[in-house]
Amino acid sequence: MGIEYRIIPLDKIKETLKNLVIEINSFLSPAMLEELENALKKEESETGKEILTQIINNFKLARDKKMPYCQDTGTCVVFLEIGERVKFDQEGLLECINQAVAEGYEEGYLRKSIVGDPLEKRVNTKTNTPAVLHTEIVPGDTFKISAMAKGSGCENMSSFKALPPAAGVEGVKKFVLDTVLNAGGNPCPPMILGVGLGGDFEKCALLAKKALFRELRNRHPNPYYANLEKELLELVNKSGVGPMGLGGRVTCLDVFIETFPTHIASLPVAVNVECHAHRTRTVEL
Amino acid sequence: MSDQAKKIFTPFTDELVETLKIGDRILLSGFLYTARDAAHKRLVECIEKGEKFPFEPKGQVIYYVGPTPPRPGQVIGSAGPTTAYRMSKYAPKLIALGIKGFIGKGAVADETMEAMKKYKAVYFLATGGAGVYISQFITKSELVCYEDLGTEAVRKFEVVDMPVIVAQDCWGGNLFVEGRKKYSQLEK
Repeated sequence: MGIEYRIIPLDKIKETLKNLVIEINSFLSPAMLEELENALKKEESETGKEILTQIINNFKLARDKKMPYCQDTGTCVVFLEIGERVKFDQEGLLECINQAVAEGYEEGYLRKSIVGDPLEKRVNTKTNTPAVLHTEIVPGDTFKISAMAKGSGCENMSSFKALPPAAGVEGVKKFVLDTVLNAGGNPCPPMILGVGLGGDFEKCALLAKKALFRELRNRHPNPYYANLEKELLELVNKSGVGPMGLGGRVTCLDVFIETFPTHIASLPVAVNVECHAHRTRTVEL
Repeated sequence: MSDQAKKIFTPFTDELVETLKIGDRILLSGFLYTARDAAHKRLVECIEKGEKFPFEPKGQVIYYVGPTPPRPGQVIGSAGPTTAYRMSKYAPKLIALGIKGFIGKGAVADETMEAMKKYKAVYFLATGGAGVYISQFITKSELVCYEDLGTEAVRKFEVVDMPVIVAQDCWGGNLFVEGRKKYSQLEK
């Protein structure tokens, strides 16, 4: 008995991703606009209110004029969920992804921000490629593309630490808070936090990034972590960092936790800091 | 923060810089020179080698920005500020050369603050991520140098009533520190 495969044309993947990168850069989710409007109601600082008002204006202008919300149109991070019963109609998946990103960034008048070498040469590739691509093999015949335009102002403020298990939940809270305090105004608060707990060094960082794909206000399915997300949000909003770091009540709009089993000796925690230019979307083919 | 936004124009004099205090809302008009990481590296190399600076720096304001490309008919694409601390290795040298102001997001480093006090310069915050909103106040853009750097090239912007906030002033005032102190509810 042979397995029945679903064949997905690479051209379809390319077209989908290309449109996705253009779309996410100018139109953030309606939930994001609601969160920003809620933030404006909560904010007490006059400077903070002025900044949030500008951000809300910017949201609407970007959406209506189809212009990039932020000039840092980011590193293009792509997650593919590939079902075990999926095959492609031709070779060249990686090339297809990078071509989609290059074409999307050109046609969408997006900024090309990638240098081909991190230290020695730092010459702009002028295509915004390569994308940062993560793939996951899952059961079934699903195929999901998630794309994110991740600015570096916030990415630079992300952090990782392998805590000892004895540090417990208090250790986790302290590390998340310290990350926010150290970041200050640099990551363009109000921010969003993706928190990875568990796994090993690289798995933990990946969890933190993946957490940012969850829709706003959707809590972790496990009530313990759902509650911890709420507690962390409340905690970092006591920091006083405020909009753009100039002081205020609204520092963070949401916190998402993703977890993975880990070693008996470890409590890894990674915090992926995201700015208010929260540009992610998932499409299922 | 004062209720009324103050209208000021570039280039700046020491006397003007001295009147600017943290929290002041400013509507800025005149010319700005854009520069971010890669351009700063070249500008400072240019100073160190004693070469001619690509523009007259006295009294000028640098905007930390790398805009998106304009669509046909647009002056500029989205053009919000980038993070200021990354330029801290270079900023004191530009201040010593006569640059009087910077626009970015996030705080500038202590060594930049020291140079701001010594030579009279000011740091403004523009709202990070508000790229389209800010682009509305940019009425002209022309290339100055380093075209090969793409978005990181130095451009001369003309701005009219661009809204910024004095975040760190020439008196050592720091709104990042003051603002956080005022609103923090963390147990000490």
